[in-house]
Amino acid sequence: MRDFCGGQGVLIEATGLRLVRGDKLLLDIAHLRLGGPGPTVILGPNGAGKSLLLRCLHGLIRADAGQVCQDGLPLNKAQRMRQAMVFQRPVLLRRSVAANLDFVLRRQGLSRPARRERTAELLATGGLSGRERQWARSLSGGEAQRLAILRALATEPDVLFLDEPTSALDPGATQAIEALVMRASAHGVRIVMVTHDIGQARRLARDVVVMIGGQVAEHGDAARVLDQSTHGTVRRFLAGDLIF
Amino acid sequence: MQNFAHEMQVAFALILAGDSELLGIVALSLRVSLFAVLFAALIGMPLGAALAVGRFPGRRALAVLVNALMGLPPVVVGLLVYLMLSRSGPLGVLQLLYTPTAMIIAQVVLVTPIIAALTRQVIEMLDAEYAEQMRSLGLSRLATVPVLLWDGRVALLTALLAGFGRAIAEVGAVIIVGGNINHVTRVMTTTIALETSKGNLALALALGTVLIAIAVTVNAMVSLLGQRAEAQEDVRHA
Repeated sequence: MRDFCGGQGVLIEATGLRLVRGDKLLLDIAHLRLGGPGPTVILGPNGAGKSLLLRCLHGLIRADAGQVCQDGLPLNKAQRMRQAMVFQRPVLLRRSVAANLDFVLRRQGLSRPARRERTAELLATGGLSGRERQWARSLSGGEAQRLAILRALATEPDVLFLDEPTSALDPGATQAIEALVMRASAHGVRIVMVTHDIGQARRLARDVVVMIGGQVAEHGDAARVLDQSTHGTVRRFLAGDLIF
Repeated sequence: MQNFAHEMQVAFALILAGDSELLGIVALSLRVSLFAVLFAALIGMPLGAALAVGRFPGRRALAVLVNALMGLPPVVVGLLVYLMLSRSGPLGVLQLLYTPTAMIIAQVVLVTPIIAALTRQVIEMLDAEYAEQMRSLGLSRLATVPVLLWDGRVALLTALLAGFGRAIAEVGAVIIVGGNINHVTRVMTTTIALETSKGNLALALALGTVLIAIAVTVNAMVSLLGQRAEAQEDVRHA
């Protein structure tokens, strides 16, 4: 597997981020700094603002106040193009498996033979070799999500955001996706992933962000946050209590 | 009853023998309606796509208007086009009244709202699903439109067939602006109306049979395309 890029030196910071809808404060991040090699896993109960935070960090949603910076600069288009995002439900084009990858490879200006070679390489990475001509939307849930991740990786991103990519998948499919994500991480892609699966956080995370009520309740080394948190609500959440 | 059976026999004989008058009428009908659908698609598809992805004042009102125009009574369309093209009308100088071109114009007016409204529906639905992913991949709203049109191609083809079905079966507008002139503007529907009133049931029945065959074929194609689109849709969620 080729190096996707050198994104592990990427530093993402959110400062004073606020998102208000109606009279509800959905996101209120005083300061969040995602540095180091990652992967970072963002945990939290439903409605905690995990997905909104991810979208703000990726520039899909403009916050009402505050700023997102990457490597010390306010997030700009060039930086955004070095980020990629995989959504909870994979959005695959109504085309073949290969055409889904070709869509982003063509935008990189690669020649046809280069695109074909890269497609084969990516599909081999994701365990989808030989499926080039299959209709993408006929893939199983796990395969579809793997293809979505491969398409994101085809853009050779510095940062890959994943929004609950394994929710509603069986353990086998989840394992295949986790392996793909960890492989990308090992090859230099900075991973920032939202999940509400605490076990997944244990398996993947180097650092963990726990969000409660739109705020960062805890952020730090995965083992410390998951096992020794002193934050009452975080401990209750991690113990399996229903937080809402 | 025996008379009807005899007329049916003659009608089928006309079809099987490839009667030149019958073929001429069918050919003119197809030519008028295919051109009408082509022009309606050139106007309706960009309009539908703009209504789906554009953000401009009056977009919702325009979408409601286009939806409402789908139910335009053909006779009223015929009357309006007649007034436009008649000698004293604003386009009278073009001398298009009672020509196939006038019939195409009338059918374009009837079919464009259908194609525009269906295109809007298709593109809007796809856009709701694709928008965030496309933005994530760095595509502008404008750059997303060709992606949506291509990925919605099966449903858009269905919209074209629906438009063609409406055009070929329509009688009210073309009889007013075409005038039902023999060998010039006489199409299947207008000939059926005329020949029935004259008591020449054989030709009317022959044309009716061809028209039904075309309508069934078009509907079957719409249905098949719809099934194909559904089969391709999210098999994993079955």
